[in-house]
Amino acid sequence: MSRNLLEFKGVSKNYSGNQVLNDVSFDIRPGEIHALIGENGAGKSTLMNILFGMPVIHTTGGYEGEMELNGEKMEVTSPFDAMALGIGMVHQEFMLIPGFTIAENIKLNREIEKDNTVNKITSTLFGKRMKTLDFKQMNKDARIALDKLDMSIEEFTLVKGLPIGYMQFVEIAREIDKTGLKLLVLDEPTAVLTESEAESLLKAMRSISKRGIAIIFISHRLNEIIAAADRVTILRDGELVITKDVKDTNTLEIAEYMVGRKVSIERTSQQRELSDEIKLTVKGLRVAMPNERVKGVSFEVRKGEIFGIGGLAGQGKLGIANGIMGMYEAKGEVTMGDVALPLNDTRKMLDSGLSFVSEDRKEVGLLVEKAIDYNIMFTAMNIKSEFLNAFKMTDKKKIRKHARKMIEMLDIRCTSEKQHTGRLSGGNQQKVCVARALTQKPTILFVSEPTRGIDIGAKKLILDLLLELSRDQGMTIIMTSSELAELCSICDRIAIICEGEVAGILPPDASPTKFGLLMSGIKDLEGGQA
Amino acid sequence: MTTNGISGEKIRAFLFDNIVTIIFLGFVVFGFLVSDTFTPSSFTNDIISRFFRNGVLVLSLIIPIMAGLGLNFGIVVGALAGLLSIVFVRYHYALFPGIGGLLLCFAIATPIAILFGFLTGKLYNKTRGQEMVASLIVGFFAGGLYEIFLLFGVGGIIPVRWGHRMINPVAEGVRPVGIRSSFEMGLPAAEMTGRGFANEVPGMARALNNLWRVEFVYALAAVSIAVFAFLVIRRIYMKKNAAAFSALNEPLWAFCVKIALCGAVVLFAIFSSGQIYYWYHVLYNDPYITRLDLLPGISNFAVEISRIDRVPVVTGLVIAAVGLFIVYFSKTKLGQDCRSVGQSQQIANVSGINVDRTRIISTIISTVLAAWGMIIFLQDMGHVSTYTVHRNIGFFSVAAILVGGATAARASVKNAMVGLLLFHAMFIVSPAVGLFVFNDGNAGEYMRTFMVYGVIGVSLGLYVWKANKAARDKERLRDNDDKLMANLPMVGLNEASGMDD
Repeated sequence: MSRNLLEFKGVSKNYSGNQVLNDVSFDIRPGEIHALIGENGAGKSTLMNILFGMPVIHTTGGYEGEMELNGEKMEVTSPFDAMALGIGMVHQEFMLIPGFTIAENIKLNREIEKDNTVNKITSTLFGKRMKTLDFKQMNKDARIALDKLDMSIEEFTLVKGLPIGYMQFVEIAREIDKTGLKLLVLDEPTAVLTESEAESLLKAMRSISKRGIAIIFISHRLNEIIAAADRVTILRDGELVITKDVKDTNTLEIAEYMVGRKVSIERTSQQRELSDEIKLTVKGLRVAMPNERVKGVSFEVRKGEIFGIGGLAGQGKLGIANGIMGMYEAKGEVTMGDVALPLNDTRKMLDSGLSFVSEDRKEVGLLVEKAIDYNIMFTAMNIKSEFLNAFKMTDKKKIRKHARKMIEMLDIRCTSEKQHTGRLSGGNQQKVCVARALTQKPTILFVSEPTRGIDIGAKKLILDLLLELSRDQGMTIIMTSSELAELCSICDRIAIICEGEVAGILPPDASPTKFGLLMSGIKDLEGGQA
Repeated sequence: MTTNGISGEKIRAFLFDNIVTIIFLGFVVFGFLVSDTFTPSSFTNDIISRFFRNGVLVLSLIIPIMAGLGLNFGIVVGALAGLLSIVFVRYHYALFPGIGGLLLCFAIATPIAILFGFLTGKLYNKTRGQEMVASLIVGFFAGGLYEIFLLFGVGGIIPVRWGHRMINPVAEGVRPVGIRSSFEMGLPAAEMTGRGFANEVPGMARALNNLWRVEFVYALAAVSIAVFAFLVIRRIYMKKNAAAFSALNEPLWAFCVKIALCGAVVLFAIFSSGQIYYWYHVLYNDPYITRLDLLPGISNFAVEISRIDRVPVVTGLVIAAVGLFIVYFSKTKLGQDCRSVGQSQQIANVSGINVDRTRIISTIISTVLAAWGMIIFLQDMGHVSTYTVHRNIGFFSVAAILVGGATAARASVKNAMVGLLLFHAMFIVSPAVGLFVFNDGNAGEYMRTFMVYGVIGVSLGLYVWKANKAARDKERLRDNDDKLMANLPMVGLNEASGMDD
């Protein structure tokens, strides 16, 4: 018998040639709280998908390596296998039915049937699903599970209208109620909780683990990991960095392990001298973008600067540009120079000389059914009435000339300017988006995730282009990206967004530890050393 | 969890949630007031006959709504199964007379409806998210097939007897093809006596209704006393059980209002029952006195009451049984699965519930109930318009349940019952309203059509509007975000928030 509950042995996974997990090995002991941490794309979710036998793994060619549960090789081909083996998961997006009571949710598809004569008759006649349910017993069981979590809320309350923090507990109670639960995976459980709720969750986690149930605790909040976990495993770019006892480490070290020193793209320019003229001021911006909610950010951007916005996914960095450009409801103050800009009005923003290259190329960025030239001139035509002839009809000659110029300038690989953008590769689509933004001749350019899903060569070209625009044309650029390395390679300053707020603003050559700490929401060094 | 206060907000929400019901109630009361053609007894007669005729059809809509399939206009398909069985049995009228023939109709319709329901359910699974549109179209489509089958298949493929009363008449020697555009269900034995039908085989018209009829006020007394007892016992029982009481969510004032209303009906029913019993049985002991108003000393009230038809008890029991079945069903594992699937297919699926199968089963149940409902409908009507009778079944049933306060996502037996009464009351008063408003009785016909499609349109519109509003609210800034703003630090230029390099 092994003393380990679960063991990952050399687990690797690639999605069509893209290695997302590489030879990851670590173990989980019974009754421990094991923290799992890593940046976006480090491989945490892929690892959990493998553990739960999610269909996405099997439809993309399975994985390499193996997993052992209690020293025996584990075969998981569906989430139900994992459930049967005593592995439970609390999802980030809650799997709760709002119109059901807490007890009904806890017992979802595990309802207790009454054992009486009527049921025996009806089930023989019409099948076993015609048995009536024993709601009393279901409520009792739910009460027991809730009590284990110190939840005093009545088990027959409807989930609809519960505070979000409670929903998390209901999910956990559901897992606890399952007999034979050995391992519980909590995926960013505290992300949606208030501070006091998070504290009681950590307390509940400890009491669960005392009952011998191991917990895999995925979180980006280093303080919570230090406070609650026994051991921590750090993943970076699909590889295992280290597994450490929490008592032998601290937030600083974990942050450094998490971000690492991976400067894959060399910084081409040194710190530049910039004018002190402030081009854009954002004050108390709040944006209601789902999953990327901005809860109040303020910053200033200088003329000609490349201002980077980084942070982990779901923390709100994408919401900033989207909110300013009016894609989602926003509140706050945005001023360009001395002029206040009206929020929630995309047209006025475009008129004022702001331009936006969206992170969502296919839905927002491009008209995929239309030709390249049309895509490039589309916004400029609508906003500035360019590319129109005397009769307000599109001036085909002018459009073609401009499109060809852009195609040449940005090196867009296409058969002609009449090719549909839907047929282009990701990199070339992105270039079309940039070309369209440039055609508006903006004074401030927002680019979000400019290199997402683009190969290395095209990446460099786009980053160089942004740098060139800023250097030669004095364009102010605000670039949002999940890739810290690429932000560091061209930005003059980088703001890290955590939980909808600016955690801090760093120069591009700051140490990875500092970036890591800010991403985890630790704003000062004192906190980091605690 | 429950609050007893009534705030303006609550009243607004109540009005908004029940707007369709309130409009109909207003329409009916208005119609009643402006018209001088109704007497209380004629109005009641119309309502109760329509109630018993349509009850099962409307109830058949509930389970698909529970399973998240929305309003199943496809009950037309079930109605067709019922129609086909009636055509078959009626063709062999001599073999299957009276109630026996009607029971055979139920027996034949059931397997056909199961098959139809299975296919319809499959279709709904393939048209996920557009089930209501699919159900509408499948109703039209199946109706078309049915019409072609009865017009050309009968006689064309299946040989039929020349000169049969249901078959289109043709010259001698010509092959008979097609069912007539209307045929009779055949008079029941009870209605033949003394009317010159002595040699006829009894038919299926009102075969179920006539099994047992009871004086309306007696039935009203029985039902209202039962409801009264139910309300009281439920309250007492639930008070002991916190969970159940919370689910009931019945403030004290609501209970008192219900008890008062129900009590008034009980008193009225007992009083009128006493009158009827006295005049019919004690004084004359002859239930077939026709001109009660000529009796010396009788009050107008008693005469009016006596003019109300006797209610078909067995049909009522069938409706009650179907209603009880739906309540029972919702408490079974399958019912719980239906509700899970109805609320979120994704979560149900992740929890291991076979979503597709559950949806198909609920469609089958609905289709079978619709087939039975159609048979009950036609035995009440007594004659069959072969090619048109199924056409409005879906729309009228859906409109009725919506009037009762149901939505595309939520429906109960109570909604069906209230809807049945109100919707058909609208049907009855609309000619009077047409006459009053447009000075033209025919306008009432158009008014009906307008009301039927209007209620479906308004309900669906409100439903979508509410769903969109809920989705929009999710994307709105929350109030507590404002509180977060209060002590937000301003991160200025070159400030690295405590981390100097």
